Amino acid sequence: MPKQTFEHAHSAHCESGVMSLLLSHHGLPLSEAMVFGLSNALMFAYIPFVKLGGMPLIAYRRMPKAIIKGLQKNLGLEMKMQTFSDPQKGSQALDALVAQGRIVGAQSSVFWLPYFPPEMRFHFNAHNLIVYGKEGDEYLVSDPVFETPVRCQEKALEKARFVKGVMSPKGLLYYPIKVPETIPYEIVIPKVIKKTAKAMLKTPVPVAGLSGIRALAKNIGKLAKKDRRYAKLFLGHIIRMQEEIGTGGAGFRFIYASFLQEAGTLLESSQLKEASQMMTLVGDQWREFALLIVKAIRSKKSQPIDFAALKNKLESVAAAEAEVYRKLLINFP
Amino acid sequence: MESDRVPQDNISTLANHKKAIYATSGTGGSYGIVASSGWEVEEEVTRQALKELERLSHEAYLKVLSGEVSPLYFHMYDQRMDLQVLAQTTGIFKWRLKRHFNPQVFVNLSPKMLERHASALGLSVDELCRLPNVCEESGA
Repeated sequence: MPKQTFEHAHSAHCESGVMSLLLSHHGLPLSEAMVFGLSNALMFAYIPFVKLGGMPLIAYRRMPKAIIKGLQKNLGLEMKMQTFSDPQKGSQALDALVAQGRIVGAQSSVFWLPYFPPEMRFHFNAHNLIVYGKEGDEYLVSDPVFETPVRCQEKALEKARFVKGVMSPKGLLYYPIKVPETIPYEIVIPKVIKKTAKAMLKTPVPVAGLSGIRALAKNIGKLAKKDRRYAKLFLGHIIRMQEEIGTGGAGFRFIYASFLQEAGTLLESSQLKEASQMMTLVGDQWREFALLIVKAIRSKKSQPIDFAALKNKLESVAAAEAEVYRKLLINFP
Repeated sequence: MESDRVPQDNISTLANHKKAIYATSGTGGSYGIVASSGWEVEEEVTRQALKELERLSHEAYLKVLSGEVSPLYFHMYDQRMDLQVLAQTTGIFKWRLKRHFNPQVFVNLSPKMLERHASALGLSVDELCRLPNVCEESGA
């Protein structure tokens, strides 16, 4: 049974935050970290030939909507997901759901959401938020990456929900229709952990998982031959994807460590708690890598950038991260 | 990372907002969310990205001013887009958009086409067809 009143909570990441709030509201309290871990969302991808804003695609997690889909698959959860071709119909459908007292997940573009400060408004179309009410022509919005609930004008949200382009939301609305009462953690947790560890260690193509990280390291080593301004923008882009875009720190590695810890408590597994500590240290190393990059970006023209040092650092991060997955695979064969 | 080491650098790019960071605390190292006012590392890279957008928009402004390209070219960058994003947002092929950057072609665009551009850029047709008087710092 859904709760009477909706409670907002501050999260690191939009999609996991929205799903955590939606499920908790519908009687299945799951932390953001559990949502993230149970949906197999952790990843790394570096796809040089897919460009976004002139920069290659770099992601520290799976594709948008992978969390919603992953939870459905792994937990037996059922979500109603609706898209619309006509913006007006999309808004009417949202209004009708809100009038029924539902809280609804919605995909939107960050750029067109007026409650985002200009400093954070980029063209990213796969942002997630919850609409939990409407007053006059304003929606009551719970955006998990904000500390408190916000409000958004009807017209502005419609624009943000119906922007076209890469990962266009098409007005996507979603809400749970069947929520499991309990989760058999002793079965689900080993399964999802094994899957994530395998995907990170054994993805054969050099764009995803650890081979993706190593490919990125290799390309950083080659930046010395490129234009200095491009090299700095490219390095900055890596860190933006890692730290700025709602990752909870260290490109989701801290969230995943938090998941491993919670899973360790649920299964009373000291091995999982150890793996969590290892992942925390890996996250700390990712942050050190970010610090090195910023030093390189700040360097004056006369100072050469030591790309080889950045490459080596990233390779050692990859090696440390690989150790965590190996340990997990040994414990969950 | 431990809770007391979560950066609280009050960075400008968060504009007084706080972001959630996962950090450990206590002897057991248990995880929780810490509201952070930002990390200077993050501020540096966001500023860098914003500056690049401003640079592109400023260059575009000068190009329009000199009559080399149509105002559409400026508004595209001013709304933090590029050719690829504008093409996807309007649903118009890149080669066609490039034609629309030609001032002579632009003045002869149909009202319907102008409306299509304006709506993709979140502007009125009137705003689309001229340059703002001062080159504002990114119109967002």
